[in-house]
Amino acid sequence: MSEKVPGFLGWMQTPAGRVPRISTELGFSDHLGAWKARWGIGRMAYMVPPGLYALGNPAASDPVVVTANYKMSYDIVRRTLAGRNVWLLVLETYGINVWCAAGKGTFGTGEVVRRVSSSRLAQVVSHRRLLLPILGAPGVSAHEVARRSGFSVSYATIRAADLPEYLDNGMVSAPAMRELTFTFYERLVLIPVEVVLALKSVAVIGGVALLLVAALGDLAAGLSAFCAYLGAVLAGIVLGPLLLPWLPGRSFALKGAAAGLLWSSVFYLLAGTTWNIWVTAAIFLALPAVSAFYTLNFTGCSPFTSRSGVKKEMAIALPAMGGALLMGVALLLAGRFL
Amino acid sequence: MKGFRYLMDVVTLQLDQAACIGCGRCVEVCPHQVFSLAEKKASLRDRDACMECGACALNCPVKAITVDAGVGCASGMINEWLRERKLRAPGGNCCS
Ligand code: SF4
Ligand code: SF4
Repeated sequence: MSEKVPGFLGWMQTPAGRVPRISTELGFSDHLGAWKARWGIGRMAYMVPPGLYALGNPAASDPVVVTANYKMSYDIVRRTLAGRNVWLLVLETYGINVWCAAGKGTFGTGEVVRRVSSSRLAQVVSHRRLLLPILGAPGVSAHEVARRSGFSVSYATIRAADLPEYLDNGMVSAPAMRELTFTFYERLVLIPVEVVLALKSVAVIGGVALLLVAALGDLAAGLSAFCAYLGAVLAGIVLGPLLLPWLPGRSFALKGAAAGLLWSSVFYLLAGTTWNIWVTAAIFLALPAVSAFYTLNFTGCSPFTSRSGVKKEMAIALPAMGGALLMGVALLLAGRFL
Repeated sequence: MKGFRYLMDVVTLQLDQAACIGCGRCVEVCPHQVFSLAEKKASLRDRDACMECGACALNCPVKAITVDAGVGCASGMINEWLRERKLRAPGGNCCS
């Protein structure tokens, strides 16, 4: 811990030594950092030192809120607790957010116990209660923490934004604070980094497809194939997740295929005048398969898909996508040589 | 979750009601309101809503809940599959 921690205001003396007091206002660099993190730029370096922090002027009886050392989690929590006196215990999750870190076990029982003891929290506060985010529960065993550290765990809210109400509510969660949501905006902010990650494979696969078609026919056809492919990828990554609740079916692959069909139709309207029946059939088979793959991938970001469900879906969808792609290529070749 | 449903009849979640002591932890941690509590016994009110995060099983003090927990993520599973067959180096997961 040094004066370089984000939002540093000054030191606060406690029976367990000095603790950084941090600001509840975010500066320009915090906003810029959040924006960069969303686009996947320098995400790994986006962490704050784990340990105990003070928000406002907390006394020994004030609550302890636990969070991850992902800078964005830390920023959201401190901003939402503006005007309050709260202790903030930041766990070492290696710069990963609460939900993902809980899944990996780094936001976990062992780290809670370790951080409580290394920060000598028992000397700083007079009570024995930790407030944890509900989405940290997959990594933390409350009764184990109690047994090993003497602190009881309350799972407070899913969203940090509900913390003030939770505190005002006498530290009791209202039903809505325990209910996950996946709003349009919540889905939207997940998309940029997915696009960035996918562009690498798009560059390779799209490049190869471009060369193949160009070798067979002419460059214009190659370019048009590349556009078709790029559009299908984006339909799967952007359109699929955004339109998630409105696309048909429960399966993500099916929803992705629907997004891909939409794109195929748009592409048909834009460029379809010159296509023969073979090309048209190939386009309507292959593009939805590509989109389906990328929307299926979004299960990793969605907070309601079960592992067993994704397994089942993959067993059916992956062979179907492969088949559709092969059929598409076969149709293209058939159209060329028959 | 309101507005979203995933596949039906696939989840591995099991509750042993006889073992349950009615502490309410599962109700507290589950972000999908899978459990309800009545007369000191938990029951599964919406099993299909489970996303197999494992929070309830890990936090049940008497181990009355079992679930094959893991992140439901296609690319993670493809990587896992490749790793098991030694086709890919470790690393590369859903939440990176
Ligand atoms: S595994 Fe997670 S989603 Fe499923 S019932 Fe338990 S807490 Fe709820
Ligand atoms: S956490 Fe376990 S013991 Fe407690 S109510 Fe749920 S099932 Fe019963």
